[in-house]
Amino acid sequence: MVSFKSILTGAVLALGLSTAAYAEEKLKVGFIYVGPTGDFGWTYQHDQGRQAIEKELGDAVETSYVESVPEGSDAERVLTQMALSGTKLIYATSFGYMDAVQNVAAKFPDVRFEHATGYKQADNVATYSARFYEGRAVIGTIAGRMTKTNKIGYIASFPIPEVIRGINSAYIHAKRVNPDVEFKVVWVYTWFDPAKEADAATAMIEQGVDVIMQHTDSPAAMTIAEEKGIYAFGQASDMSKFGPTAQLTAIIDNWDPYYVARTKAVIDGTWTSGNTWDGMKDGMVVLAPFSDALPDDVKAEAQALADSIAAGTYHPFTGPLNKQDGSAWLADGEVADDGTLAGMGFYVEGIEGEIPN
Amino acid sequence: MLRLEKRPVPSKVWTIATPLLAVIATMVAGGILFAILGKDPVEAIRIIFWDPLFSEQFASYSRPQLLVKAGPLILIAIGLSFGFRAGIWNIGAEGQYIIGAITGAAVGLAFYPAGGWYIFPLMVVAGAFGGWLWAMIPAILRTKFNTNEILVSLLLVYVAEHIMSAMSFGLLRNPEGHGFPGSRNFRDYDVAANPELISGTGMHWGVVAAFIAVIFAYVVMTRHIMGYQITLAGQSPRAARFGGVNPNRLVVLCFAISGVLAGLAGMFEVTGPAGQITTDFNQGYGFTAIIVAFLGRLHPVGILLAGLLMALTYIGGDLAQLMLSLPKPAIQAFQGMLLFFLLAFDMLTNFRIRLAKSEAA
Repeated sequence: MVSFKSILTGAVLALGLSTAAYAEEKLKVGFIYVGPTGDFGWTYQHDQGRQAIEKELGDAVETSYVESVPEGSDAERVLTQMALSGTKLIYATSFGYMDAVQNVAAKFPDVRFEHATGYKQADNVATYSARFYEGRAVIGTIAGRMTKTNKIGYIASFPIPEVIRGINSAYIHAKRVNPDVEFKVVWVYTWFDPAKEADAATAMIEQGVDVIMQHTDSPAAMTIAEEKGIYAFGQASDMSKFGPTAQLTAIIDNWDPYYVARTKAVIDGTWTSGNTWDGMKDGMVVLAPFSDALPDDVKAEAQALADSIAAGTYHPFTGPLNKQDGSAWLADGEVADDGTLAGMGFYVEGIEGEIPN
Repeated sequence: MLRLEKRPVPSKVWTIATPLLAVIATMVAGGILFAILGKDPVEAIRIIFWDPLFSEQFASYSRPQLLVKAGPLILIAIGLSFGFRAGIWNIGAEGQYIIGAITGAAVGLAFYPAGGWYIFPLMVVAGAFGGWLWAMIPAILRTKFNTNEILVSLLLVYVAEHIMSAMSFGLLRNPEGHGFPGSRNFRDYDVAANPELISGTGMHWGVVAAFIAVIFAYVVMTRHIMGYQITLAGQSPRAARFGGVNPNRLVVLCFAISGVLAGLAGMFEVTGPAGQITTDFNQGYGFTAIIVAFLGRLHPVGILLAGLLMALTYIGGDLAQLMLSLPKPAIQAFQGMLLFFLLAFDMLTNFRIRLAKSEAA
């Protein structure tokens, strides 16, 4: 506690100096990334958002980023250095930065923090995430229609609610259009490891999988799918250049509108803390153009589903739905509440295998 | 023509001069690299080496951070230096670090939420024990079955990583963590935490332990028969055997020292700066410590300085990314250069460069 006081004094001193030196300066916006900006997935999309801020707000802002920052004490140090350098708005784009953000935010009350996918807020810490499960519903439908072997592979990262939700959403909608469909889920315990992701894809294909979905960040599986002549879906970013014929569509994380709006809010002085969970309606989850490999009726069906989700007339988790063990979850017409979705720790009925524990 | 001539004895002057020369060469080559990337090389070097120590804006924060970052590196590297001197290669300190963190944290979390002065000392013992245990596997396999300790210790790192992942999802998972992986945070459990001891210094128990280890290693190496035996075994295994050194005992001993110190480093890190066991709690300290050990010439004081220098390149590297938008790989290449130049200049310690006379008739 005492140490934090001394850091605070240092910070105040530094801030005093910087405000004196840069009166009416640009707003400094910092980003801290868990992966490299060249991962063509998760971090790449966040960096696109950073560039969107620069493009939209031009001279009013100055952005900087630090990439491949491990979660833990290193993150805390980088966040503190950012705050000390006069950055007034910091986007922390990985779940594991949560405690570090809380600690640093407490020491720098005049710096605003935006933490992606976390659940802890503070007066100067807002959280945000996207309803990726909405996109999963659409690609689940497409996968169910396009598989010939009725085996769909799913490369999963970690058994956390976010990932489990995606598997459930994809499965429900694949099953709806193709009752014979079977999911092969492989847990790779990494967000970004091209070699592991490629191994998982190869192993699945050997088991007869002919459509691959993933919840990991690299385009490695897409490359394998292209090689083996099967189908796959881009994750986080449009991966069509890695699988021009393999990619059926992609779920794109589009942070641009949110980042621009939140940054503007800081400039205008209207920023407040909160929790944002946007989806297709708000353009935070976007689908890449459908591949020409899709027959017209499948395209139309997928588009109709996407439209109904975006319009708010359909929720991907609408009953009747049972849990894996057969117990009732949602009654006919009942829609899952956000609390249950945010902490989802179970499979829906029909998925084989267990969630690792 | 230049010609290399082996020195009868390694040069004392060059032993000390080569690390300095390597740092200078790294600055020059790194400067060229940064210039090619379109950044001001002088400013980049200044931000990496000078600003974390002396800039008004950052130094008050980053100077203590230097100790936080260097602490585990020094602690592990000191342990490794014993074995490396004797030609016993423990490459798996990372694994011993992880297991030490897990055993230390597990003992602490088992008491949660009880209070008591004895909890933290018990965790320290558990952390040391965990690291020791993990180091004993390659040591015993080597002495009993003559397996290669380099391979076994290295591969056990990956086993340790899987155990750590299993712990984050299973046994040690925070019951109040909303289903996300990771243990409770020790910051919220005072009696088991390893906080900063004196405010604004970065000193925590792990840094204290690192300083004690440096002194201990210095005494053993220069004053104790064990230090003599280790050096002898490294320089001339046959002579050591004739001199009454039991090679198997030495293997077990060196692995025990490095395992205990790596385990302690892990335990202090998880209860202090890192705060919790997560799926990627380890940041490669165990591997970086190998570089630190060699950069410090396997000498305790050298390792102390090398650890601080390495920490400086990390902290300065982050700063350079932030201030100049340098990409991370450029910083990593810069750190790699340091080791490369050190090994390259090492030649000067063992060889003399002579201008070769033309073939005299």
